[in-house]
Order: sequence, then C-alpha cells, then structure tokens
Amino acid sequence: MAKAELMDFDKALELFEPVLGFEVHVELNTRTKMFSDAPNFFGGEPNTNITPVDLGLPGSLPVVNEQAIRYSISLGLALGCEIAPSSRFARKNYFYPDLAKNYQISQYDEPIAHDGNVEVELPNGKVFQVSIERAHMEEDAGKLTHVGGATGRIQGAEYSLVDYNRAGVPLVEIVTNMISGAEHDAPELAKAYVSTIRDIVVSLGISDAKMERGNLRCDANISLSPRGSGKLGTRTETKNVNSLRSVERAIRYEIQRQAAILAKGGTITQETRHWHEDTGVTSAGRPKSDADDYRYFPEPDLLPVEPSEALIAELRAALPEAPAIRRRRLKEAWAFTDLEFQDVQNSGLVTEIELTVAAGAAPAQARKWWTGEIARLANLASVDASSLVSPLHVSELVAMIDNGELTDRLARQVLEGVIAGEGSPAEVTKSRGLVVVSDDGALIAAIDEALAAQPDVLEKIRDGKVQAAGAVIGAVMKAMKGTADAARVRELVLERAQQ
Amino acid sequence: MADLTRLTAAELSQKLQAREISSVDVTRAHLDRIAAVDGDIHAFLHVSSAALATAADVDTRRGDGEKLGPLAGVPIAIKDVLCTFDMPSTAGSKILEGWVPPYDATVVRKLREAHLVPLGKTNMDEFAMGSSTEHSAFGPTHNPWDLDRIPGGSGGGSAAAVAAYEAPLALGSDTGGSIRQPAAVTGSVGVKPTYGGVSRYGAIALASSLDQVGPVTRTVLDAALLHDVIGGYDPRDSTSLKDPWPSFADAARTGARDRSLKGVRVGVVKQLNGDGFQVGVRDRFAESLEVLAAAGAEIVEVSAPNFEYAIAAYYLILPAEASSNLAKFDSVRFGLRVNPKGGGTVEDVMAATREAGFGPEVKRRIILGTYALSAGYYDAYYGSAQKVRTLIQRDFDAAFERADVLISPAAPTTAFKLGEKLEDPLAMYLNDVTTIPANLAGIPGMGLPMGLAPEDGLPTGIQLMAPARADVRLYSVGAALEALLEDRWGHTLISQAPELAVAR
Repeated sequence: MAKAELMDFDKALELFEPVLGFEVHVELNTRTKMFSDAPNFFGGEPNTNITPVDLGLPGSLPVVNEQAIRYSISLGLALGCEIAPSSRFARKNYFYPDLAKNYQISQYDEPIAHDGNVEVELPNGKVFQVSIERAHMEEDAGKLTHVGGATGRIQGAEYSLVDYNRAGVPLVEIVTNMISGAEHDAPELAKAYVSTIRDIVVSLGISDAKMERGNLRCDANISLSPRGSGKLGTRTETKNVNSLRSVERAIRYEIQRQAAILAKGGTITQETRHWHEDTGVTSAGRPKSDADDYRYFPEPDLLPVEPSEALIAELRAALPEAPAIRRRRLKEAWAFTDLEFQDVQNSGLVTEIELTVAAGAAPAQARKWWTGEIARLANLASVDASSLVSPLHVSELVAMIDNGELTDRLARQVLEGVIAGEGSPAEVTKSRGLVVVSDDGALIAAIDEALAAQPDVLEKIRDGKVQAAGAVIGAVMKAMKGTADAARVRELVLERAQQ
Repeated sequence: MADLTRLTAAELSQKLQAREISSVDVTRAHLDRIAAVDGDIHAFLHVSSAALATAADVDTRRGDGEKLGPLAGVPIAIKDVLCTFDMPSTAGSKILEGWVPPYDATVVRKLREAHLVPLGKTNMDEFAMGSSTEHSAFGPTHNPWDLDRIPGGSGGGSAAAVAAYEAPLALGSDTGGSIRQPAAVTGSVGVKPTYGGVSRYGAIALASSLDQVGPVTRTVLDAALLHDVIGGYDPRDSTSLKDPWPSFADAARTGARDRSLKGVRVGVVKQLNGDGFQVGVRDRFAESLEVLAAAGAEIVEVSAPNFEYAIAAYYLILPAEASSNLAKFDSVRFGLRVNPKGGGTVEDVMAATREAGFGPEVKRRIILGTYALSAGYYDAYYGSAQKVRTLIQRDFDAAFERADVLISPAAPTTAFKLGEKLEDPLAMYLNDVTTIPANLAGIPGMGLPMGLAPEDGLPTGIQLMAPARADVRLYSVGAALEALLEDRWGHTLISQAPELAVAR
C-alpha cells in the first residue's frame, strides 16, 4: 500500500482546525439477540446461534428484545439524553451478503435517546463537554470470511463464507454532534471519549465492552477546516479502530494526511477509511456520499417502542454514579496528586482501591499495593489484578502492616500465600510462621554485633551523621531475615550508638 | 356412502364426532376429488403425501377417547404463501421452487394442533401479487364455474379448491382483497380478519402492514369454525393483538338461527357501488339490501370521500413494503441460485437469480416500490400514501358512527376471462377497488355469495365490513344474510355450479 504523504502534526494544526465526530457501536450483552431468541453469543461453530429470524427466512418476523430496550434506555440516561416516549424502528435497505434480509432493522429518524452530553477528561486535566446527538438501537450483521486471497480481504479472494452467528446481535449506536475546539488535543480527546463511553457501559453492566473483540467499535469522522475560512472541510470516516490507542493514532494520522493533501491544493474524498493497526495508516474504503440512498421507511413488522414513564424512572433511579462524577469524588476523597490519580485510572483498579479503602485501608496504602505489587504479579501471570486477590484481603494486609504485625517485605510473602489460595492474610502469616520480631533483646544483640563490625559507621553516627545508620540497619534487617520492624531497628541503632 | 366432498366442514365435524365417518374416509374422498378434477382446475401446487397418515392418526386418537377440537379430522388446503415444514412453500414463485421451510407458520401449527388434515398447498399469484392467479409461476388456476375464467386472486387456488369440492376448508391471505375477491368470483366465503387478529408468522410477506391470513370456505359457519382455530395472539408476531376473541362459530350459529337483523344499522358505502360496477352485480346487491331491510336492518347510506384515493395509496404502500420484503430472495441462504455465465461477484449472482426467478408483475412492483421509497420521492409518494391511509381510517371511523357494519359488492364484476386483463395491469388493479380500503384501515371484511349475475350466470359476492376487533359482527350478520338469501333462492349458491368433468 502506497504510504500517504503526511504533514507534521503541529504544522497541520497551525493551518487547519480539526472537527471531529464519533459513532460508537456498543454490543449489548443481553442473553438473546435483538429480534430473535437465538443466544447472543458470537463465536463457536459458524451458523449455530441462529433461528429463521436471523437468517431472514421467508415468513419469519422480528420481535424486540425487552432487555435490549431497558439497556438502551439506561445507556441513554447515562449519556444525559432525553428518552423518547415513542421511538420507531426503520428498515435500512441495501444488498450485502452478510445482511440476511438485505435490510438492517435500525432506528432512523426516531431514536430511543437523543440530545445528551458526556463530560470527557483528558490526561492533562482538561475537561471537554461532548454533545450527543442520539443513541439508537439496531441489529448487527453477520461476518464474512474471504477465502483464497493472500490478504484475507475481498480483493483477490476466491470465495467468501458467511457466519450469521453475529447477525441480530443487539447494538446501540451513539452519535456525537460535531466537536470543534479540541485543537492539539483532538487525538487525545478521541481516545478519552471512547474510554469514557467504555467506562459508562461497563459501569452499567450492559456490554462486555472489549474493543479487541468488537464489543465496542468506533467510527471516527474527521475533517479539517482551513483557519479563518469559517468553512467545514470534507470529512472521512475511519473504521476498524479496535483499541483506544488506535483511536488516538488514527485521528492523528488522518489530520496529518488530510492536511498534506489540502496544503497542496488537493481535495479530500468523502469516503470511509480503513485503519490498519499493524502499519498505522488508513486506506481508502467505500466512497460515501450524503446521497447514499438506503430507502429508509418505518419497519412495519414492529410496533413503536413506548417505554412507560415508570420504567424510565425505575431505570434512572438504578443508574450507577456517572464515571466523571465518581472520578471527581474519589480524587478529592483520596487526596492523590493528579499523577497518582492518573496512575490509578490507567491501572483500571479504581473500583478495587475504592473497595479496599471502604474496608478500612488508607487510600495511599491501597493505591500502593494495588498498583504496585499486585499489579506486578498480575502482569507476570498475564491476568487481571482484580482476579488475584480480594479488596477485603488487601485491606486486612494493610491493617497488619499498620499495627506492626507485618513488615512490607513479610507482607509481600503473605500476599503470595493469599494469591496461592492459602487463606486470609492472618491465616497465611500464621501458617507460614511469618512473625515480626518485636523482642528488643534479640534486636539489640544483632545491633551491637553490627555496630562492632562497622566501627567507622559508629563514629559517623556519634558525629551526628545520622544517615550513616542505614548501613547498620540494613545489616540488622539482613541478619533478622526481614522479620524485624525497620523503624524500631532504626530507633534502637541510634540509641545504642550513643551508649 | 354419500359424497363426503359435498358436505360442509360443520357437517363433517358432526359426523366425525358421531363416528359415522372416519377422517380417513373424508380425506380419501377429497384426495380422490383432487385427482379427478385438479387437472382442469389446477388449484393445487402440491398435494400432501402425509394426509392419509395424518387422518389415520386423528381416527386413532378419537378411538382412544382423546378430547379433540370441532374440526379434528377435517381436511384443509393451505395457500402456498404459508410456511409448512413438510411441504414446499413457494408463494407461487420460481425463486422458491422446491423450498421446504424448516418451520411451520403459526396458523399451520394451530391447524395441526387442532388435528385438521393438511391436503396440500394451493396456487396463487406470485408472492400474492395479482387478482387472477395468472401471475403464478406454475400456471393459472381455472374457475370451477367456467374453466375459461379466472378464479380471482391472489388466492385463486384456495377459492377454487373449496368451490370445486377439492377441500371443505382452505387458508388464504388477504393484502388488498386476495381472500374476498376470489370468494366473490367463485361463489365461496372468505374472511380477512382484523389486522393483528391472526398471526402473520410464517406467512411469506407481501406488504407487512396490510397482509392478514384468513379462512376460505363454502359457508359462513365454516369460516367461523376455522377462524376460531387460527386466531389469537402470537408472541412471534409483534403486530398480533392480545385481545381475547369471542367464539365466531357461536356468533354464526346464532345469526343463522335467528335470521333477524332487527336494530342492526347497515351502512351502504356510496363510493363502493355505482356506474363502474357490472349491472348484474348491482342488481344482486340491491336484492341483498332488500333482504337485509326485510329482516329488520336499518339501511343507511354512508360516504367515504377519501376512498377515491385508496387504490393509488395502496399501489404505493404495497410495492414499497414488497420491494423491501422481497430483497431477501438473493440466492445466498435459500431458494433458486443462478450463476451467470463465466461466474461473477455475489452481486452478479444475486442479479441473475432475481432476473430469472421473479416474474414480470413482481419485478414491476419491486421497481415501483424502490422508486417510491427513494430519497427525494419518499415524501411525495410513500409519505402521501400514508396520509391517505390515515384519511381512509377516518372515513371508516365516521361511517362506523352511523353503522354497525358496512356493505358493498365484494368485486365490481364477475369472473373475467383468463388473459383478458393480463396485459393491462391498471385494469387488473382496479378489480380490487372494493376490498382495498379495509386493508388500508386494518378492519375486518368478509366476502360471501349474493347470487348469480343474470347476464352471465356467474357468481357475485357481497362484502361486509366491521370496525377493527369487531370481527364477530361479520359472522352474526353474514350468517343471517347467507341464511336469508338461501331461504329466498331455495338453495345454496354453490349448488348451482356446473358439474365438473371427472378424470378417470
């Protein structure tokens, strides 16, 4: 693939203002599909999770999944949207072999949720308000596999196979209004926006939200407006952006690519573009024009969706705290620095830390253990940190350190035991015989021995160079095999040196 | 033994329950009749090989003392638009030739659960597009009253089957008159229920917002008995009504017994009668009005000014929905596949398949519908048509404030000759002028015999219409009218049909 010419990012931003827009598709994790009672499970043997409805067999009819309606309303509410008292499905007509009926049932001019707002915070602390145009329900299409070509793409393939297991999987598509003013932050904002949507759907529990599995898919629209022109540029729509990092890279790439073309007097083609994760470039896809004619009309096989006010109120009352509000609340309560809090957020362990603090641990300790040792062990084992140990056990561990029963070093051994399933921290401490030596007699003997072995250090301490004590403390801790309380050793070293 | 094919379903039911006859006897009689006359009629596209076994099973159950429904053991013909898991379901189209669905339509499942005996699948205009059954990809059906004439459409097969005594009962589907118009021209009875009264699941869709499955029979009581079996809520059809329905058979029996229409306000729709109608149709309609009035009905004239636009609106809405409903016939998952010479892309295969698999009327309507839904034309065509639909519903609302049921001829003429209107689609479309408004409004309608037109000796039909959900009125008034007319004539209409030549 010919590599497109790119303009330096800063230069591009000098000449043009980027205007963004996002369409995020969220796969709902309902038990059955959007319009049939087939299991909502994509994967496994091709064409096994299907019914006549998913195959669009003659005579079959769709029936709306009530759970998908509830999930969509919850999502709409979490996006600050108004919920339409009556919304309708429509048919979007186009021929494609992954589309069983050759029309997609989707909401068109009457979406279930509209006019919302999402607060998006960037890592640098800037907060953007992203305005939501609509969130609407639709069904997913099947999946094509192109066989016989070198690239696995349709070009050059001998034939294609269709798996309809995904056909009819419930989706909500969240569409933003145009976002301008992001400027240099545009790529970061794109990433942060998608991340925020992910946080919201995860907090609602309505989607598995794994981008790499396609549970969450982002189409990024971008156009460049020449500075001072007051005119919108022609947009491209980049698809296949399968990770948060890709969202950021794809936006940056498109800004640089479009700027290079425009600066040379060229024009941008309105088209979909395909993001290539491996090479980090986008390539031209299908030309797209506003004149694409899908011959939408109201789906006559379905009645309007008319949720009762009581249902909307019930779902509103059940909404979890908005991620942005929760973030602000926790940041204040925990008194972390921006950097510390970002660390916590990036670790994805906010909930674990919150639960650990709720169980009695100091926020700093909870953060230290979760983002430190536990994250390290999880990383080694390639598992989620949250799956290793419970917040309750971490809180217990921290409490044992606080009251001197464990040193940090002993606590790490206890943690290993807890993770290995040997029991609670107290049980592991007991069964492994890991007890802090608090008997001053044994410590004093070890200290005297160490001081005698390092007379020069003793001199320095007596001359007031207190930091020299470190060498003696280290020797004592080593002699005690880590079972000593370092703070107490330090006190005793200073005391003995003066005698 | 008397010819069992001449008995009504109600009579067969009585004799089966009294164990005077067996279902095997009845079924064999009808299979024999099909073998004898269907070479001329061509009502059937497929005759079931399982019918006798099904009948024997019902007889065994009855012998074992199992409690069975009133129509258990009675044979029935099924319009080929309905999915049957054990018989091909083609909707009269080459594109579905030989296709056996993996499931039963809900109405077919209900028939089986009520132990009726499916005899086979009946001919129809391709995808129910037509008023003559001439648009079937498998050749036309002939009217038992005159083999050179059309049996109506799209459900000419079902109507001809009951009129020719090949089946006592049949199922049809009615999108703009496909049950009622064939009933009118074959001297039989057909009912289009309230939209949502009978499940559409497994009925191969023509126009989803207009389609409704209903009974095709020789008497009003038989239609009621069948409606009682197939009606009711179906969770697989979102447009299905949850209403509880009264017994239509009880209403029909009461209507026929009392023969009284005292206090019933019968509205004559001004726009559905007049100069454009065949003179014999108008005469017979006047006779029915006399009979109704004599039985105590209050005859009022009602006006429905927007009916004038009904055909135009219908021929925008129907093709629009049909163009989308028929998009699934693309060769990818089922049905015909035509590979173009030298291979090609999936689009090439789809195009070649649809070119070869669809007949001219289907193509005409797909093109019309695609055009009507196109950006820039939607508001002018589909949008306006939907507004007309609302106006027609309002006309009905106003009419039903003054009348309990509305009446009109069920078709403007008697059966026309095969081939007469085939080259003139507009003339064919106009044949549904009386029946289309009920589909646009979703209200129930019944077609039943009102006598022979003196000028050609062919049957004419009257249409009764009731407000949505008031199907029961069709059966009480319809059964009364049927009985009163037969009293006046001294015989049933169908008994006047010429005897068919029997193949040996």
